[in-house]
Amino acid sequence: MDAVATRDLTRRFGHFTAVDRVNFRIPAGSVFGFLGPNGSGKTTTIRMLCGILEPTSGSAEILGMDLFSGREAIKANLGYMSQKFSLYDDLTAAENLDFYAGLFSLPRALARERIEAVVRMAGLSGRTKERVAGLSGGIRQRLALGCAILHRPRLLFLDEPTSGVDPRSRRRFWDIIYDLASGGTTIMVTTHFMDEAEHCDSIGFMYDGRLIALGTPRELKGFVPGSVWEVLSDEPMDLLRDLEGNPGFLDVAVYGRSLHVIAEPGAEGILARVGARKIAPSLEDVFVHLVKAERGEKAA
Amino acid sequence: MRRLRALLIKEFIQMGRDRLTLAIMGLLPVIQLLIFGFAINTEVKHLPTVLYDQSVSAESRELVRGFQSAGYFDIRYGAGSFAEMNALIQGGRAKVGIAIPPDYQERLRSGRQASVQVIVDASDSMSAASAISTAQMIGLVKSQQVLFDRISPGSSGSRELPVDVRIRPWYNPDMVSSHYMVPGILAIVLSMTMMMITSMAIVRERERGTLEQLIVTPMRTWELMAGKILPYVVVGYAQLTLGLLIGILVFRIPVRGSLLLFYGLTSLHILASLAWGILISSVARTQMQAMQMSFFALMPSILLSGFMFPREAMPAFFRAISNILPVTFFLQISRGILLKGVA
Ligand SMILES: Nc1ncnc2c1ncn2[C@@H]1O[C@H](COP(=O)(O)OP(=O)(O)OP(=O)(O)O)[C@@H](O)[C@H]1O
Ligand SMILES: [Mg+2]
Repeated sequence: MDAVATRDLTRRFGHFTAVDRVNFRIPAGSVFGFLGPNGSGKTTTIRMLCGILEPTSGSAEILGMDLFSGREAIKANLGYMSQKFSLYDDLTAAENLDFYAGLFSLPRALARERIEAVVRMAGLSGRTKERVAGLSGGIRQRLALGCAILHRPRLLFLDEPTSGVDPRSRRRFWDIIYDLASGGTTIMVTTHFMDEAEHCDSIGFMYDGRLIALGTPRELKGFVPGSVWEVLSDEPMDLLRDLEGNPGFLDVAVYGRSLHVIAEPGAEGILARVGARKIAPSLEDVFVHLVKAERGEKAA
Repeated sequence: MRRLRALLIKEFIQMGRDRLTLAIMGLLPVIQLLIFGFAINTEVKHLPTVLYDQSVSAESRELVRGFQSAGYFDIRYGAGSFAEMNALIQGGRAKVGIAIPPDYQERLRSGRQASVQVIVDASDSMSAASAISTAQMIGLVKSQQVLFDRISPGSSGSRELPVDVRIRPWYNPDMVSSHYMVPGILAIVLSMTMMMITSMAIVRERERGTLEQLIVTPMRTWELMAGKILPYVVVGYAQLTLGLLIGILVFRIPVRGSLLLFYGLTSLHILASLAWGILISSVARTQMQAMQMSFFALMPSILLSGFMFPREAMPAFFRAISNILPVTFFLQISRGILLKGVA
């Protein structure tokens, strides 16, 4: 069964189309990574699926119910963590948790039990009486996640939950995500981190309001039309100028102090001469290539 | 019910922790009442007065005593010429000038009309109006006295007047302006806090993104509204009680009517003001805007409700506007119940 299935979901703001006929499915119990550059329409899509924003056209089925007619029933099974931190920072962690337990009408005993579990999970023990404003970014995000899952939602939307969080806290956050998924929760998560995307069951890539790629990480890597080579250099920009425009190269991109080249089978001789090394394509290679292809198409 | 309870608890905790909200709630009524009650005193007494007495006679001194004894005019300066008198008034040192003509005594004695010139600095219209009416009253009393003296000369011992001219203000017999002001200030302060605190509280939720989070929960719209309204109704009543206590203890305003009725009818005022607050919150984008719009929405209430200026003197258009302001009605209710004892 699909937890989410959209049908030509579209949202316009005036004449600007933020989300353009987007179609995807998320199988129940899987982790769906939602990627794309800034302003590509990720948040707008999630806000429509949560019932915060009306779609301009198109529709979606959430947990087998229609987005419009099933709204109230959907809400009880939905968890949402918005991109902007949205707990009450003038309340303590415990007061926020109590508040959300109340909002979902959890019976008192159950609420206490769940709050305890969340406190343990978020590593909040001993700090529940502190105002949220004073907590560190990582703990705040875990607390926000805790508030969003107190009522054990079947479907969870996480909008950039790990932005502005240190690497260790990010790891910890993803451990929780896997835990929830293995417990049967469906999770749709947006991120700008490619390493996080690698861990998703499937990925959708947004660009300019359109979903331009959809599949498992392995499937997406198959989109790269040649082999990927890495060239190390102290002057990557100079090297870029040298290599760019070579007919056998489909794509050349700079990654810090190295270049990634996507080459057709015949053009590998030149690469061997500059000391390039063949590597497995990363998701980043895929997306850089996809974005360039989109831009090229637009220019043409 | 559990949801509403959670909302109410949250709202009260936040209210208690927000200094600005606490200050608006507690300090505003106290400060406003004390400032308006004491400083903006519409009773006019002890106006600094300059006297230019060209008659210098027993009669003129008699008249001056009349002016002084009313308590309204303090003769602070004696002028030697019209120019000197005018200079004192123009310089703002004196508010009133009294010029007695040289032939004052002579005219009175011969039974002709003697005119005394009273110059009032009318740039402050409130004091001017009251100074003019007082001067007229003194003049009237004086002329009756003179008339009486002339009819029965010799009986200088009895100074009783045939006609006693006295204006009796009802409801507020001593014309104590604080009695009149306190209900007005209560109305304004209540309106202001209700509008400001609710609109700011709602806009704050939107600004911080917490409102978006609430929409995704099973919370109903009416619960959200009730959760925002009920706490501030409580605040409104706390303010009302505080203000009323100050009114009674400090300004000794009478409570002639039923307090129960007063509290009951106040709920209408509070709800109307809350409705304004919610209206503002739907337009304002930031808390600052909400605050400014609340002040803006309050201006007509201050000017047109009858708090400052009598509604009876307004052009029909403005009177029509004042009919849609909650403060207008609360003023009538509070002045009616507290001062007149209307039931
Ligand atoms: N309420 C709105 N009114 C007008 N335009 C909007 C509104 N909300 C979003 N947009 C526009 O829609 C586009 C998509 O925004 P969205 O927030 O969905 O992007 P995003 O993919 O989440 O970006 P980011 O990675 O920066 O969070 C942006 O250009 C944004 O300016
Ligand atoms: Mg976003």
